[in-house]
Amino acid sequence: MSTLVPLYVILPLATAFLIPIFGRLIKGFEKALLSLVLLFLTLLSVYILFNGIQEPIVYAVGGWEPVNDVPIGIHLVLDGLSVFILLITSLIGFLATFYAISYIKKYTAENNFYALLSLMIAGMNGVILTGDMFNLYVFLEIAVIASYALVAFGTEKQELEASFKYQILGGVASLFILFSIGMLYWKTQTLNMADISNILSGKDQDFFLLFTQVLLIAGFGLKAAMIPFHAWLPDAHSSAPSPISAMLSGVLIKAVGIYAILRLFFNLFMISYEISIVITVIGALSMVIGVFLAIGQWDLKRLLAYHSISQMGYVVIGVGMGMIIMVKGGNLSIASLAIAGGLFHLINHAVFKGLLFLNAGAIEYVTGTRNLKMLGGIAKDLPVTTSTSLGASLSISGIPPFNGFFSKLIIIIAAIKGQFYLLAILAVLVSIITLASFMKFQRYAFFNKKTFTRKVKEVPFTMCFSMIVLVILCLALSLLAIPGVREVVLTPAVDVIMRTTEYSSSIIGM
Amino acid sequence: MIVYIMCFLLFLVGLYGIVTRRNLIKIVISFTIMEFSVFLFLVLIGYIEGGEAPILTKNLPENVNFVDPLPQAMVLTAIVIGLATSAMLLAIAIRLYKKYGTFDIREIKNLKG
Repeated sequence: MSTLVPLYVILPLATAFLIPIFGRLIKGFEKALLSLVLLFLTLLSVYILFNGIQEPIVYAVGGWEPVNDVPIGIHLVLDGLSVFILLITSLIGFLATFYAISYIKKYTAENNFYALLSLMIAGMNGVILTGDMFNLYVFLEIAVIASYALVAFGTEKQELEASFKYQILGGVASLFILFSIGMLYWKTQTLNMADISNILSGKDQDFFLLFTQVLLIAGFGLKAAMIPFHAWLPDAHSSAPSPISAMLSGVLIKAVGIYAILRLFFNLFMISYEISIVITVIGALSMVIGVFLAIGQWDLKRLLAYHSISQMGYVVIGVGMGMIIMVKGGNLSIASLAIAGGLFHLINHAVFKGLLFLNAGAIEYVTGTRNLKMLGGIAKDLPVTTSTSLGASLSISGIPPFNGFFSKLIIIIAAIKGQFYLLAILAVLVSIITLASFMKFQRYAFFNKKTFTRKVKEVPFTMCFSMIVLVILCLALSLLAIPGVREVVLTPAVDVIMRTTEYSSSIIGM
Repeated sequence: MIVYIMCFLLFLVGLYGIVTRRNLIKIVISFTIMEFSVFLFLVLIGYIEGGEAPILTKNLPENVNFVDPLPQAMVLTAIVIGLATSAMLLAIAIRLYKKYGTFDIREIKNLKG
């Protein structure tokens, strides 16, 4: 089994290099190869998930085994949490690629698009799998540099400006992360995450460690676009081509932002009260401010981008509440409920926000604009886009039986049980404002009076296919709330987070 | 200790430049300064007082102290990544200049709200 682990990085990376070589010679090579690779990785994740992982699967890169119990090589670690996030990357990646087959025809240099997309996926999978701090930085840079190029892919004024902004802020974030990796190495003399966790586990929280953790929160918070650090996200996500917006919003901010925060602050550092409060406050701020910034937007993709900030806030408060309860030594079942709610909302957000960005792409594809004031009355001509976007809108605003309802419900129940009444009230309020905002989107985009005279017809098959699959997933993921299904998918991931310090013992056996 | 503080000051100088400069190229330069302060820090943490280069040669003196080679490997990797970032930044800056005819960020502001 452990030989299958590096495939998650190798296959997309090899695809990224093969596409520029063979893409010119063989027609359709790039589309077929990338779709097949991502479909294979999705099936592999589903297979691993349903086989169940009790022990983390560890792969020592290059065959470097530990010497005298000191790990010297890079480890790739596949456990319940990694496979959960890998499933999201591969699945959304596959659907976005399939969607792009028709969508990207209006751009030149299709080959470069697919090569950069698969490079980004390789980087993200690397971040998710790696068990080594510096390797994390390297894969993170692979993912984000590919995404800088993809944001600028249209090379128009707006795209270039957004990409420059994104690069400066993203670059500063990367430097914060590199700086704190240096600090960690200085303190512990090792880069292996399990080893660092093992060394730090006996120590008290001192100023040095606290400074490192604050730097890491700033760095990964910038990558995840949490509220004081959100300035780049609406520009970058709205300027990128739509399949890429779906990837950036649905997967990238989770894989290199939220996942890294989860992994580092639960499994690497000792969880501390100060840090858990900071994380929860950042999450609550993102949730509330994000939705208020979203409500005044008239640019469709900007509106969706601001909602990404707000919805990621839900994930972060879920996780943050779990952290606070664990630090205080409270009821562990409430903590695990809160974290499960957060992770459940993470996969739900990937699905419905991916779908909404694909819908926005479809609307832009047929009408040529994404200004809500200039749209309207296209519901009859675009039945697939209209119905799928209705499903996604209901899902994001938390209407049963769509998946968004159940994850928000779990988070709110956990907040009430853990006596975080303010957070519970805020979560309900933000959900109501989200509903208002998406009613505006539905009304102005599809049902209002027609304000333009252009003839529109439904988008091509591959775009329809991706959107229909995603809307079915929006309904199907509700099943994750049912006990029995939840044990298979969510519980292994939650267990990895809950067993904080056992991470090191299960990997390096110390 | 003073070297580490200087190194951190250099980091802050770069951050200050990014926040206050109005010219795209100057922002890129500030970013590079910040980047190199981090590289300097990485090399510094591997340094040992009176350490030799970590290369095994035939006539090494007795009880020789090597400096830590791992941060040096990290710095080499980070410099290569930094090259990619700077190239990407400058390429975008040049394309922006072609579109707007200026490097001034006060005039490049299509996106807001």
